[in-house]
Amino acid sequence: MNFLKIVFLFCLMPIFAQADIGVKEITLKNGMRVLVKEDHRSPVAVSMVWYRAGSLDEVNGKTGVAHVLEHMMFKGTKTTKPGEYSEIIAAAGGRENAFTGADYTAYFQRLEKSKLPISMKMEADRMQNLVITEEEFKKEINVVMEERRWRTDDKPKAQVNELFNSLIFRAHPYGRPIVGWMNDLENMTYEDAIEWYKMWYSPSNAILVVAGDVDTEEVFAKARKYFGKISAYQIAKRKPQFEPKQNGSRRAILKAPGKLPYIQMGYPAPTLGKDGIKNKKEVFALEVLVGILSGTSSSRLNQNLVRKTSRAIDVGAGYSMLSRGGQSTFEMYATPSEKVSVVDLEKYLKLELKNIIDNGVTDIELNRVITSVVAGEVYQKDSVFGAVMQIGQLETMGYSHKIADVYIDNIKKVTSKDIQGVIKKYFHDDALTIVTLDPQPLDKNKIPKGRPHAR
Amino acid sequence: MLVKTILITILIFFSNFSSATLNIQHWESNNGARIYFVENHDLPIVDINVDFRAGSVKDTKQKSGVASLTNHVMVLGAGGINEEDLANQFIDLGAQLNSSFDQDKSGFSLRTLSEKKIEAIDLLTLVLHKPNFDSKIIEREKKRYVASISQSETMPGAIASKAFMKALYGEHPYALPNSGEVETIKKISKKDLHDFYKSNYLSNELSIVIVGDISRKDAEDLGHKISLGFSENKMASATPLVDYKKGQEIKISHPSKQAHLYYGAPIIKRGDPDFLTLYLGNYILGGGGFVSRLTQNIREDRGLAYSVYSYFMPFIQEGPFQIGLQTKKNQVGEAKELVKKTVSTFIKNGPTPKELRQAKDYMIGGFPLRLDSNKKILEYVSMMAFYKYPLDYLETFTDKINKITAEEIKSAFQRRVDMSKFSTVIVGSEQQKKRS
Repeated sequence: MNFLKIVFLFCLMPIFAQADIGVKEITLKNGMRVLVKEDHRSPVAVSMVWYRAGSLDEVNGKTGVAHVLEHMMFKGTKTTKPGEYSEIIAAAGGRENAFTGADYTAYFQRLEKSKLPISMKMEADRMQNLVITEEEFKKEINVVMEERRWRTDDKPKAQVNELFNSLIFRAHPYGRPIVGWMNDLENMTYEDAIEWYKMWYSPSNAILVVAGDVDTEEVFAKARKYFGKISAYQIAKRKPQFEPKQNGSRRAILKAPGKLPYIQMGYPAPTLGKDGIKNKKEVFALEVLVGILSGTSSSRLNQNLVRKTSRAIDVGAGYSMLSRGGQSTFEMYATPSEKVSVVDLEKYLKLELKNIIDNGVTDIELNRVITSVVAGEVYQKDSVFGAVMQIGQLETMGYSHKIADVYIDNIKKVTSKDIQGVIKKYFHDDALTIVTLDPQPLDKNKIPKGRPHAR
Repeated sequence: MLVKTILITILIFFSNFSSATLNIQHWESNNGARIYFVENHDLPIVDINVDFRAGSVKDTKQKSGVASLTNHVMVLGAGGINEEDLANQFIDLGAQLNSSFDQDKSGFSLRTLSEKKIEAIDLLTLVLHKPNFDSKIIEREKKRYVASISQSETMPGAIASKAFMKALYGEHPYALPNSGEVETIKKISKKDLHDFYKSNYLSNELSIVIVGDISRKDAEDLGHKISLGFSENKMASATPLVDYKKGQEIKISHPSKQAHLYYGAPIIKRGDPDFLTLYLGNYILGGGGFVSRLTQNIREDRGLAYSVYSYFMPFIQEGPFQIGLQTKKNQVGEAKELVKKTVSTFIKNGPTPKELRQAKDYMIGGFPLRLDSNKKILEYVSMMAFYKYPLDYLETFTDKINKITAEEIKSAFQRRVDMSKFSTVIVGSEQQKKRS
């Protein structure tokens, strides 16, 4: 009904919900990798091309260009008109879209299986023959600015999140919004988009993932035919970027029209090494901790702050152990109940962490997380799209898709002591970043009333 | 046996590729519940969806929100098991219970591993048959409703949506916000929920859909077990008729960056013979994502909006035909004129032969994508079950689409879509720029 070019894929559900069986892989001569997973339940195929280029690779003054290029990829090639490929895919009964994240940009089609070559041919064409004209760019950049207004500027919680990221990451590019700052969008030119395309859209920087009712060897043959001849070029060496250690808490207030206050707080947190080994113990402890605090109706935050004490209207926690940029955050967010101040709510959230340091977590809680993950693995087998997402994300971020196979084993190994260890090590006040939403009346002439304020 | 059984096998043939089979079995319980079953042992999963005709259309203006709150509180404790224990029991089985709610229906879905299906189904049955309606929980959830409603009253999209439904439905219950109003929620009592449950959760207004790794015998037992916990009431209130006479222009100021525009009128109900024709036509007008005329004219050619769409949302009675977009404030007048022009041109001339061909290719060629997972089969069959679609709906879908002509689309739009009666809601428009 509606269609979106997705910018954020921040909380991508249990990314691991599927132990993979039978992913086959080849690398083409130009360096492009092709991964195929067969699933013959339904006569459909999902095809995705992933580029290892996202907002992580942008520089100041040109934020948002990765996402703008994603939009321009629909605007024609040397032999096709703007929008023509969308028509071709639609006339083949297909669904298509694309999304940009901090770590990657990806393009996908879902098709009846016999139509798969159409999408491969199209992706190969726009990988090498994209045409970006000034005229098309000028129209599309307005669309992107509308997208930013819709996604962020008129959504107070999205603004809080943008501010939060820019505070917790002051040096690392994860501090910049994926959609880009409005000023950068206003000053972006079509040459900026072309420059980005010429920097990152080499086949050697791309991964094709196909799943569904397909024959692996046939997909490989088609991949060689369509993508194999595209010439690769050298991708600029990426410099390692790390956030300097935070020494002292960071606090900010965001004012926006609304009724309810809200807080987002968090701490820098480790990520899994690309070898699948480095930081393993800590990141899995954090994964389990998130499962215990949030995610289901019986999780601690919900149980203790919403249900038992009615201190909050809504609560949640989030963490991702995977990241191409080598940085992650552990976050909690909450909307206070009417008579609770944001200052007290922050204390209550911290108390939940302290309570685990003092008393640990129970075996029942640990087992609950395991049960959910085990069942989740089975449930995700119902989705071909989910399989492609998982493989593509892992590989683009620099991990092997095979680490999914041992995910559950690592979850099972986590102990109460491991969890206490990561809380003690990472979650202290000098590493805290917190943003408070201070709701303002819609009518600017009215004075905010009746609600507890940020200070 | 208590069940009268009709077994229907639906074969779907596609013109240019392999045939796919979706075997939908259907029967009715002796107290009138309709049960649909798709057996599939590829994955060790069972999915169940249960829908009651107990959506917000059953609310009254004075107690707006009772229907939603009933649906919401039902999963928070049942059969004397408290909220926390119930949630934990589902989680310890690895089972997922979700509730859904809209104007027409109140729904509950369960996803479970087949090896845990007996225990999980027992819990689901308890939720459906014996909700606790605990007073303390009701009071707590009422406060959460009030907070979230008062928050949504500050959000431009939510304000626009509420005003649009009010403009289209006036005193009809479809105008009532799904979750009620701050003042009405505050007045709702435990007794209200209980009474609502008793009079609206009825076996003859219940549809049950079962998909996945379970035998026919077990599916029959399950259908029975659920339906027998409800009483039948053939005198249950019918959904009131929609009486829409003329459009309104509503402008609401808001400090947002974008103005939100909604435009449309109530047009068709479920089962309307024009539905597929309008649906296919609307794909060309504004339903077909990147390739629709609205997207082409508003977004691709002018860069005026990120998202612009149109859809028919048929309910039991006439549901809205709705066009929506968001755009920078000072552009909303221009965008609105373009929308009007696009719609009126389409109504006047209908689709081009090329557009019609492409739309049919999309519908027919993409048909397998609608049913490529158990979850999607569950959703599709649940819709058919609730709205009593004919059982050959899927079987004949592509054939019917294929036969629709450009002239029929034009005629259907001309007969049914009267722009002179459309309502317009703009939230966040600039006051001084009044057009039209």
